[in-house]
Amino acid sequence: MPEESRQLDLSTLLGRVGNAIRERVGALPNVLSARSKRLRPRIAGATATPGVCPYCAVGCGTTVYSKGNQILGIEGNPASPINGGTLCPKGAATFQLHVNPNRWTTVKYRAPFAKAWSDVPYAWAMERIAQRIKDTRDRTFREHDEHGNRVNRTTAIASLGGATLDNEENYLIGKLFRNIGTPFIENQARI
Amino acid sequence: MPGLGTLYGLGGATTHLMDLQHADLIVIQGSNFAENHPVGFRFALMAKERGATIVHVDPRFTRTSALADLYIPIRSGTDIAFTGGLINYVLSNDAWFKEYVLAYTSAALLVDPEFRDTEELDGMFSGYDPVSHTYDPKTWSYEVDESSPPAGGEGGASVHEGGKRPKSDPTLQHPRCVINVLKRHYARYTPEAVERITGAPQESFLKLARLLIANSGRDRTAVYAYAMGWAQHTVGVQNIRAAATLQALLGNTGRPGGGIMALRGHASIQGSTDIATLYDSFPGYLKVPTVEKNETTFAAWTKNHTMRSGRWAEYPAFAVSLLKAWYGEHARADNDWNFARLPLNTGDHSDLPMFFAMKDGEVEGLVLYGQNPAVGGQNAALQRGAMERLKWLVVRDIFETESASFWKREDSNPEDIGTEIFFLPVSGVAEKAGTFTNTMRLLQFHEKAVEPPGEARSDLGFTYELGKRLRALYADSTNPLDRPLLDLTWDYESDDPHERERGEADVEKVMREINGFRVEGGEHVRDSHDLRDDGSTACGAWIYCGMFPEPGRNLTRRRTADPAQPAAPGWGWSWPDNVRTLYNRASADPDGNPWSERKRLIWWDDASGAWQGNDVPNFPLHTAPSYRAPADARGDAAIDGDAPFVMLEYGRSEIFGVNGTADGPMPTHYEPRESPVGNALYPNVQYNPVLKEWRRRDNPYHAIGDPKYPYVVTTYRLTEHHASGVMSRQLPWLAELQPAAFCELSPELAVEKEIRNGDWVTIETARGEIEARALVTGRMQPFRLGAGRFVHQIGIPYHFGYKGEVRGDSANDLPPLVADPNVTIHEGKAFTGNIRRGRRSPFSSRTLELEVVPQTEQTPFGSPERPGPMPGPGAEGGMVEHEIVPPAEVMEAARIVHARAEARAAEEEEGTDEHA
Ligand code: SF4
Repeated sequence: MPEESRQLDLSTLLGRVGNAIRERVGALPNVLSARSKRLRPRIAGATATPGVCPYCAVGCGTTVYSKGNQILGIEGNPASPINGGTLCPKGAATFQLHVNPNRWTTVKYRAPFAKAWSDVPYAWAMERIAQRIKDTRDRTFREHDEHGNRVNRTTAIASLGGATLDNEENYLIGKLFRNIGTPFIENQARI
Repeated sequence: MPGLGTLYGLGGATTHLMDLQHADLIVIQGSNFAENHPVGFRFALMAKERGATIVHVDPRFTRTSALADLYIPIRSGTDIAFTGGLINYVLSNDAWFKEYVLAYTSAALLVDPEFRDTEELDGMFSGYDPVSHTYDPKTWSYEVDESSPPAGGEGGASVHEGGKRPKSDPTLQHPRCVINVLKRHYARYTPEAVERITGAPQESFLKLARLLIANSGRDRTAVYAYAMGWAQHTVGVQNIRAAATLQALLGNTGRPGGGIMALRGHASIQGSTDIATLYDSFPGYLKVPTVEKNETTFAAWTKNHTMRSGRWAEYPAFAVSLLKAWYGEHARADNDWNFARLPLNTGDHSDLPMFFAMKDGEVEGLVLYGQNPAVGGQNAALQRGAMERLKWLVVRDIFETESASFWKREDSNPEDIGTEIFFLPVSGVAEKAGTFTNTMRLLQFHEKAVEPPGEARSDLGFTYELGKRLRALYADSTNPLDRPLLDLTWDYESDDPHERERGEADVEKVMREINGFRVEGGEHVRDSHDLRDDGSTACGAWIYCGMFPEPGRNLTRRRTADPAQPAAPGWGWSWPDNVRTLYNRASADPDGNPWSERKRLIWWDDASGAWQGNDVPNFPLHTAPSYRAPADARGDAAIDGDAPFVMLEYGRSEIFGVNGTADGPMPTHYEPRESPVGNALYPNVQYNPVLKEWRRRDNPYHAIGDPKYPYVVTTYRLTEHHASGVMSRQLPWLAELQPAAFCELSPELAVEKEIRNGDWVTIETARGEIEARALVTGRMQPFRLGAGRFVHQIGIPYHFGYKGEVRGDSANDLPPLVADPNVTIHEGKAFTGNIRRGRRSPFSSRTLELEVVPQTEQTPFGSPERPGPMPGPGAEGGMVEHEIVPPAEVMEAARIVHARAEARAAEEEEGTDEHA
């Protein structure tokens, strides 16, 4: 044992012990009421699923806490080397992007010249969209342009993709619409 | 991002966010990093804690400026003048990194003797065609060495005629050496000129120039970070090229703490460029064939894009593999891989021409995937008007968007609008699985946590089902023109019965196709070297090869982070090949040793005969530094051992642009299309002479220095909102944080226009007018362009629209449609307008929206009616003179404005009383 420490007097020693405790605030149990003791975090026992923030291109990692089919919270993933658990206001609002009464969850249809939306069955809308694409395509498809160049296309159909599409979604959109034959395939990436 | 692509080879950020912490100097220009990429900014702050300096160059003082060591104000749209000034300073003070520049850039090559610079042609480069308003870039090339053996074996697009080597003069004495051409080109960009054009105080400019020099070289590195503030200009691509040139001269690219951090706006913007849903690009940056380049056969198409050296030598293998992925057994060698069925481009089919085609009735139907052009589009009134002319519209979104409901906004009559509209609700990110590619080329998989509510589906499931239904509708067709749809491989059926029943596709089946696999046997390919041009491999996007190297090993799902490795190679997967710092061969000197201990990243290890270090080498692993490629070598074998820019023909960064920018081989300052001042650098060429514009009644432009529109207007984003606001204005948490549309203006301008903080104001252009609350703040300041000459600027966030928890006018109603000639990106960051106190008149943008432009007045881009290069009003002309109140008196003046406004209010009140 080094010389110096043998010469410690009691008050120095107590002071050190006190400091050690102060430095480890939280190491000692807090005083808890009986009720507090029974409280559990909202996400206790929830399933934690790794996610990614859908807003900006920093790509912060998130953890989605859910029970059954209910999202309980979406937080920053502390393991992510990008955000280390933090999120900015947008990322921190990802929960409300999902759990939000403003969300539309049924298929809406607005007939030409109609003044309001109406609900329609999903399958009906899908089939009608396919038919409208086919109808427009069949009427407007040109094998050659006015200069005689082979172009194989219709310029009457367009697809405009957004800022939060998955890569796989972009892949299928590109694959399908190129082969429907439109050159008008565009994305927020240019805008 | 051709700005980076043309100089370095790939259109992606050259570095990664975490690497910012290793920088000694961080220059943020054209970006409000702290507010728009808040969490990424923490790495800049980490660097600052370690002693690095942060400099922010921007028209607005923002939180980024507040956290910077030095803030330099510059007028919107003058970034090239500023960066050009830095290039000039570095060159004229001989402060460039000699060993790096000589070895790794095109500095020593000789430029074609026919080339003429803007210095000789009064602001224009050689090759201008006044009829088509385009440049023929033939002279923007190198003088070839006739004695050199033709390189490249068969085929091979070469930027150098006949595939011969360019002449060079390593002593740099020849006047046509690239570096000497650059010196002459930028000689005009003196500190005085920089101040006069940009309004940046000379002392601040010089401070940054000295900081850059002090923080570049063997031991230190500087990094540039930019975002939309550079891109959304008619010189957008050249803004980025200017910085890339500077970084090449300073020897900062490919090294730790260096390079260019491109901050992409949204979660999937990099991904949407990589796996492009862009008219001119197939996945993996393959070019969509175009009639303009006679790419009417598979051979002609691939020949145009196959390079002699590096990965692009394999263009045919990538192209065949893509067509195999699409058409499966229908793509065969004997039918040119089904190439003849592909639609061909005939010009610019990008977003802006698309909306004009819609307005003019050519486009009948539109599918919007989470896109909201009624608010997010430029000259948004025109875009809404265009949508009214659609026969049908499909909107896929989480909430009702302005674009879905354009027919029931306050100033429209639904009974006049015949568009049939389908709104299909979509899954949120936590309700579906898939990958995003973030701003540093990193793919991260998000797992599905819960089921989407109601009838919400992923865009993947929707597109898959739509494809199935279309194929069913065409199943009996015998028309050969319908073959492409029927020939598609289209089986992504989920193995999970529940998903299958809901019509959802299996995302990993799509990922497998993107990653690539062997047609026989079906094993996944491991990297792009496995791809073949004989039809034995299928691959949807060669740059993503290796993300899913075998079943059950999806590397984008990896989530291991080791604190000892800040680049986190075990977290997700970045393209190419999990490389985190592109061109990292440049982190070692020509002999393969780190430039310094402090800045080591990868190096050559003689013992193992391979490159090694702290990143995946972005270089052929076993190519020794001393290797010299034989003249007839191709592909990786054609890359010299000291040529780090492996995607370019000679592996050197092209600081003289020979790779196809449309508007010049070197960035040059031109004013924005709309500007209150003349071009002080080249008075006879006001704006980019080859920019894309649409002179039509529904897209009017302001004259230069038009006294009706004397102020610069710029649009921008806020931390609390997202793009057109669909994903933020509908969220009470976010809406509450930014509850109203506002604009920012300086106290000086406020005094001039008698506007108080919080007043309603109307901002007006020839395209429309919008109202907002005034935020009068010293963070906005007038730019001083020489004695007695000031330019005021107004800033407006563009997130607002007429739906959602918070509503407001859309700033995007104001700008014109005008675009960069390379990528057709618009100029939302700098246009002109006016401001007045008070609210706008009702239905102010109505006329533009409804007006149908007669055929005779539709003048598409390139029409002969357009005058040649637009002369400006001259260096001193066109300027609206403002009297500027000295700062000390601004507060006093503001008090007077306030008092007058109160008096007015009191009068009005009295008036009402009397009336009552
Ligand atoms: S949390 Fe903020 S910084 Fe992170 S990705 Fe989301 S929007 Fe970007």
